[in-house]
Amino acid sequence: MSLVARHLEANGIATAVVGCARDIVEECGVARFVFTDFPLGNPCGKPWDAPMQRSIVGAALTLLERAWMPRTTVQTPFRWENDMWRDAFMRVDAGNREALARAGEERRRRQAETKTGR
Amino acid sequence: MDQLRPYRSFVSYMDRSREYYAAQGYARPYAWAHHDDVPFAALGKPLSRCRVGLVTTASRTPVEGAIGTGPFKRELYAAPSDPPPSRLFTGDLFWDKEATHTDDLDSFMPVNRLAELAASGCIGSVSPRFYGAPTDYSQSRTAQQAAPRILEWCRQDGLDAVILTAL
Repeated sequence: MSLVARHLEANGIATAVVGCARDIVEECGVARFVFTDFPLGNPCGKPWDAPMQRSIVGAALTLLERAWMPRTTVQTPFRWENDMWRDAFMRVDAGNREALARAGEERRRRQAETKTGR
Repeated sequence: MDQLRPYRSFVSYMDRSREYYAAQGYARPYAWAHHDDVPFAALGKPLSRCRVGLVTTASRTPVEGAIGTGPFKRELYAAPSDPPPSRLFTGDLFWDKEATHTDDLDSFMPVNRLAELAASGCIGSVSPRFYGAPTDYSQSRTAQQAAPRILEWCRQDGLDAVILTAL
């Protein structure tokens, strides 16, 4: 998505990226970025919370109008109910390491079967 | 100061996904896009006179019960903003399905919120179409095929500014 934003900017259209994966967007480098520190899935606000969503879209619009240089990031003030998702997402630990290794092998086996048309 | 922390607070998805796929036996990590230079286009006129569009990484919902459409395929699309879809398909994308859900379209593609902001005069108008650029593993396909196509649609619809929302 950041690559699309960069292409629009290079062709004269102002953009704002709205997202939750701060490192990926900032590493790619975009003109304007509205960051909300939520689990991936709801970059524009919590489900069914219209005032929060309006605020985040409003932040993107304000940034479109006021940013004067690229790589401008603003972080919205919103917080998720708890922080459990931070460690839980894609977690790798002693408890699931073997299962992950098996899942990877299974996936590669299926992909190889698809490729050979079996 | 509320707390002291020996680590950054926000999740690094580059670190997390690299470790996760390494644990699955993928030895070569995904190489993310990195640019030193960043293009910048200033907004040419006041927001209240701008036409604004949306780009999402979500796909259109497959037609239920459709026969002969084959397996689900990620593809670029442009679709009407009014009336907006009631939902979009996100099941194939990389997001936290344990912590949250995407049943509310405006939580990831705020087409109704943007329409409200247009009605209140904050922006001039909403683009008649929104655009879908589903996440692609291939950066060259995104840069050489998806991005020019989205630009073409934005120009056809006369857009001054675009908000891109990534799940």
